Amino acid sequence: MLEILNIKKSFGDLCVLNGVNLHVNKGDVVAVLGPSGSGKTTLLRCINFLEKADEGTMIFDQETLDLNKVKKKDILRIRKKTAFVFQNYNLFANKTALQNVTEGLIVGRKMPKEEAIKIAKSALDKVGLKDRYDYYPHQLSGGQQQRVGIARAIATNPEVILFDEPTSALDPELINEVLEVMRNLADEGMTMVVVTHEMNFARNVANHVIFMDQGVIVEENSPEEFFDHPKEDRTKQFLSSLNH
Amino acid sequence: MSERIISLLIDSFWQILIPGLQLTIPLTIASFSFGMIIALITALVQVANIKVLKHLARFYVWIIRGTPLLVQLYVVFYGLPKLGIVIDAIPSAILVFSINTGAYASETVRAAIESVPAGQLEAGYCVGLTYSQTMFRIILPQALRTAFPPLSNTLIGLVKDTSLAANITIMEMFRSAQKIAARTYEPFILYCEVGLIYLLFCTILTKIQRVCEKKLDLK
Repeated sequence: MLEILNIKKSFGDLCVLNGVNLHVNKGDVVAVLGPSGSGKTTLLRCINFLEKADEGTMIFDQETLDLNKVKKKDILRIRKKTAFVFQNYNLFANKTALQNVTEGLIVGRKMPKEEAIKIAKSALDKVGLKDRYDYYPHQLSGGQQQRVGIARAIATNPEVILFDEPTSALDPELINEVLEVMRNLADEGMTMVVVTHEMNFARNVANHVIFMDQGVIVEENSPEEFFDHPKEDRTKQFLSSLNH
Repeated sequence: MSERIISLLIDSFWQILIPGLQLTIPLTIASFSFGMIIALITALVQVANIKVLKHLARFYVWIIRGTPLLVQLYVVFYGLPKLGIVIDAIPSAILVFSINTGAYASETVRAAIESVPAGQLEAGYCVGLTYSQTMFRIILPQALRTAFPPLSNTLIGLVKDTSLAANITIMEMFRSAQKIAARTYEPFILYCEVGLIYLLFCTILTKIQRVCEKKLDLK
């Protein structure tokens, strides 16, 4: 459903992505792992055009796009079929939880207000925030904010949700409530690409694991193979560093 | 205090306040409104990085902030007629005050927009909003909260700056006080009195500012 071919991206002299391929089928949960600075977040941001790739091809819904020469119109269209969950939530600070979710529906997709509110409420109910519709982001905990972020993502019924380290900014005791919501989404068959440091999530929820370092994919495999029988030295080194 | 001075204060109070209500306040409101529109446009073309307009905006701010307001008034009212452009006193004043306010306020608005975290724009993009939808619905409302106190400053400054319109024949508060001072030979009393009336206006504005700030603040 979503394919990225030979994507390259540099920031000045620093090469962040050096020819990465990504293949996502419908219903896949792809976990992207790797040390800081390996390019995994940039990969995700390039898929949603938050960064402009220097080179590369995207095939999305049988449509082929040159990532370096994509038009504004196409960007907007692709973004409406995807959703993004940020590390720092990035909820609209001047909108309530409910308005955060309806904004993309009413303004972005011209949906009638009543229908949008109905969808937004059910999305918030789904992430366990039934009693927080009218709260502003600053009145919510980090875990609650991130769950609003996920509700905002699922409300638009995207074909794929991109998660950029969704639990990295959270206090340890709040991480599970977010992972729980993501696990439920995965069980429902939502297609997800998740950049994460949560190895348990990658092992138990993902059906495909990608390990990146220095702008390339070092190893990719099923989670069982990846964690129990890593092939590359760099992967073994990374996994053993986590156990200490 | 002699009776003469008391009755002078009372008589002149109305003679100063009425031009204040008829000219100072309308001049301020008109100039501030136009100034805000200019400021918003000037700030937006810079933030949105629109090539030619961005340089034009910087040039405009540079010229206006670098020259005295009084000189700008003289250029428009006394200078332009030499080039065949004749503008009446009040439109001249509104024109100059608006352009002046716009230049200063545009920097406030630009800074306020830039203080909104970049993630807000990215989040707007990711839920399918365009740049301008995100700007007007998400970023500007947040920027307004930051910009409000310094813009209130600009407004209060403008109330007092309108006294410069006295120089281009407009019979606003200060010129009215000047006229009475010349007639009665009581400059000290009259200039203190008109100063106090400006202070009264600005005090009212400060109170309004406090109320508005409370309403804007969600916390």
